[in-house]
Amino acid sequence: MTGLKVYNFMSFRKIALVLSAIMLTVSSWSLFSHGLVLGLDFSGGTQIEVGYKQPVDVAELREKLESAGFDSPVVVHFGAETEVLIRMQGTPDEGLADRVYSALKSDGVEVELRRVDFVGPQIGEELRDDGGLGMLLALAIVMLYVAIRFQFKFSVGAVLALAHDVIITLGVFSLSRLEFDLTVLAAVLAVVGYSLNDTIVVSDRIRENFRKIRKASPVEVINESLSQTLWRTINTSATTMLVLLALFFFGGELIHNFSIALMVGVGIGTYSSIYVAATVMLVMNIDREDLLEAVEGELVDDLP
Amino acid sequence: MPNTFPLWKNLLILFIVTFGFVYAAPNLYPPDPAIQLSGQSGAMVIDEVVLQKAEQALEEAGIEHFDGVADGESALIRLRDIDLQLRAKDVIQAEMGGNYIVALNLAPTTDQWLSNLGGKPMKLGLDLSGGVHFLLEVDLDSALTTRLEGDLQDIKTALREDRIRYRTFELKGHQIIGQFRDVEQVAAATSLIRANYRDLRPQSMPGQNPLSLVLKLSQIASSEIEDNAIKQNLTSLRNRVNELGVSEPLVSRQGKNRIVVELPGVQDTAEAKRIIGKTANLEFRLESLSNSGEKFQFRDPRGQGPDARLENKAVITGENVTDARASYDENGRPQVNITLDATGGWQMGYATRDNIGRRLGVLFIEYKTKLEKSIDENGELVITPVPFVEKNIISLATVQAQLGKSFRITGLDGQRESSELALLLRAGALAAPMYIVEERTIGPSLGADNIRLGVKSVTLGMSMVLLFMLVIYRGFGVFANVALGMNLVLLVAFMSLMGATLTLPGIAGIVLTVGMAVDANVLIFSRIREELASGSSIQGAISSGYDRAFVSILDANITTLIVAVILFLIGTGPVKGFAVTLSIGILTSMFTSIVLTRGMVNLTVGGRKIEKLWI
Repeated sequence: MTGLKVYNFMSFRKIALVLSAIMLTVSSWSLFSHGLVLGLDFSGGTQIEVGYKQPVDVAELREKLESAGFDSPVVVHFGAETEVLIRMQGTPDEGLADRVYSALKSDGVEVELRRVDFVGPQIGEELRDDGGLGMLLALAIVMLYVAIRFQFKFSVGAVLALAHDVIITLGVFSLSRLEFDLTVLAAVLAVVGYSLNDTIVVSDRIRENFRKIRKASPVEVINESLSQTLWRTINTSATTMLVLLALFFFGGELIHNFSIALMVGVGIGTYSSIYVAATVMLVMNIDREDLLEAVEGELVDDLP
Repeated sequence: MPNTFPLWKNLLILFIVTFGFVYAAPNLYPPDPAIQLSGQSGAMVIDEVVLQKAEQALEEAGIEHFDGVADGESALIRLRDIDLQLRAKDVIQAEMGGNYIVALNLAPTTDQWLSNLGGKPMKLGLDLSGGVHFLLEVDLDSALTTRLEGDLQDIKTALREDRIRYRTFELKGHQIIGQFRDVEQVAAATSLIRANYRDLRPQSMPGQNPLSLVLKLSQIASSEIEDNAIKQNLTSLRNRVNELGVSEPLVSRQGKNRIVVELPGVQDTAEAKRIIGKTANLEFRLESLSNSGEKFQFRDPRGQGPDARLENKAVITGENVTDARASYDENGRPQVNITLDATGGWQMGYATRDNIGRRLGVLFIEYKTKLEKSIDENGELVITPVPFVEKNIISLATVQAQLGKSFRITGLDGQRESSELALLLRAGALAAPMYIVEERTIGPSLGADNIRLGVKSVTLGMSMVLLFMLVIYRGFGVFANVALGMNLVLLVAFMSLMGATLTLPGIAGIVLTVGMAVDANVLIFSRIREELASGSSIQGAISSGYDRAFVSILDANITTLIVAVILFLIGTGPVKGFAVTLSIGILTSMFTSIVLTRGMVNLTVGGRKIEKLWI
């Protein structure tokens, strides 16, 4: 039919299924038992970023703050030896940041206040709820769109692939104890968009081939479709990865975790668009019959 | 022959491309550091005279400036050197005094012809420009409680006057509960309340004690109280923020009970917080009869005379003022209608009953800071802020009759004066307490760093993608790359034109768009390669490659757009910025990667006989 080589992707589908199952189990286990390290946006609290002219010792700073009467401050370097991020525990109060900054300046050291974030507990809770709600809403609307535009089995495949990507991306954040903040949430939603993009392109080709190739088993049709879109999948993932690498290395500390989430998500998304969505369709016994109605519509269009 | 565009399509592409370049262009002009000068009150005229005085001060301090303009409401002076901006501000503030607001600003240097076309540079978010973001929560509960407490006092008085006896009458939560000795008194009280307090609804619940009366605010009344409380706090906040001397402050309502305040460029957050949280207040005092009392000046010295003596004791304070509105009396003359709460009304009535014909003054009390100039031991000019209280009369009017809960101030000069007075009256009364629930401060150096990092990663990511496309798709890679560049130009053009704010996550969105925008071209080109491999003619392969890829591109982009829109709806601040760039990027990339590349392909290889496609 085409001169392109057809790879037998689906022969590995059992292995892929096991692999996905393992990744999902580990991710869910980690999410349930350890949860996510919630960033300030979601946990509420106060953090202060300060810049020094010379590299500073965080342990010394911690002692200094503790002796000034602050209760167990978390002091870490942020991106550079001269940058320090201080996070305050306990009940957040709005004047805290100013007091910490004054304490740091007290002995005449030159300190530059670079950033203050104070998030009240109620805001953190709302952002958490909104974030979760948004994620579910996105999945639901997308499922609806794919069901209308394609077919129910496609939409189950697409949504399971999305859920797969989101859970594993979150799982990686939970396992690696990376901080999950608003930018990471945005990244996870962007992963939903990206992975969907991938899945749709593949599904589109599967639909087309089911209509075009009459004498072939579903497995053959899917293999053919995946092979045809393989280069596109690889090339697009490659360009996206390239810019993400640029963001990761040069985008600065504030969007570090954002780029990590996207890189993980894009990697998983590429894999899931090949294996998860298609495997789900096969499990649901996708067939030419499923697309028959749509085929008739298409035929009318194709008439000269 | 296929693969040629009709003339109008080519012209349309040309038009959109030109449009993109024109509206993206303003971002290329670096803004001038500038100082903005305006008055504390709307009544002050900022004209050439004021401007010259400020410029004089700059010249004496040896700070280079140019292109000063004054339009009556504010003046703008451009500076040559951004490092001198803070010093210039201090110099001008010291020269002009506390009645003027001196703010740092960045003046756009967009060419005249561009601004005539509506072109303007993108707005930078706080994470790029530096500044403070506050989210304040208004305690609506206490606004309701205050109101109910007032009503409770009123009702008790009214019941006593009508000789309706009750055992207890008190406020529990948001309910007023009265206990009576017999059913007749309950009925009498109920009908009195129904007649005089329409906002309060007597509740009847099954199993309720027949000797008790439960009153609740009606839904309409309570939402009106809450709404007014928010509006009043907004007005007060705007007035206070104006004093901070911020060039483009944002004060707006968010959701049911929150107010966002964004102050770009503000570095001293402690000062900002003090001013936002400060309590300007009002006092209504009678004019003193003898030489006793205190002497005060008028806030706005036009008309009214130099000063007046007021009694030491205040009749009521700003806390009792629930509303003040400018309007017109029956003869079309300006007036201000004032509404007091129950206690205020009662006290006002008591105080004015025997004082008809005397004058009643309204004192506006502000907690301000002034800048004091001094010379330190090194002989340098030091400017230190000193807090002080300023009390001025904003109104002195003769009491015509006994005043009550609502009365009016007449004899005002014009509509401008009446609205200013109403504004001050409202500003003095913060309807409900506010709390800071979120604060984000970005220092100016971090903002600059963020811009630098953002530009670096966009440039780098983009060059890598350009190189990649060139290697993989050769000749067609050039088309894709031109489209990618144009996509960036169009994205910037639309964001500038829409007045969208660029944030750091927004830049990340742009980078991501760059990565994903080539997807459409990858799809199309892969398809063309496939068609060629399956033996189609060159022109046929191009044509069906574009046609067949279109459906996939459309589906993929619409779904991504859905996600971006949801992100916009649930997100706040920075995340919204990301969603905006992502959505605009999706739309512009559809144009550049499908229509623009097709146009280029058609112009170069379309409709010609060629042996091999360089793809």
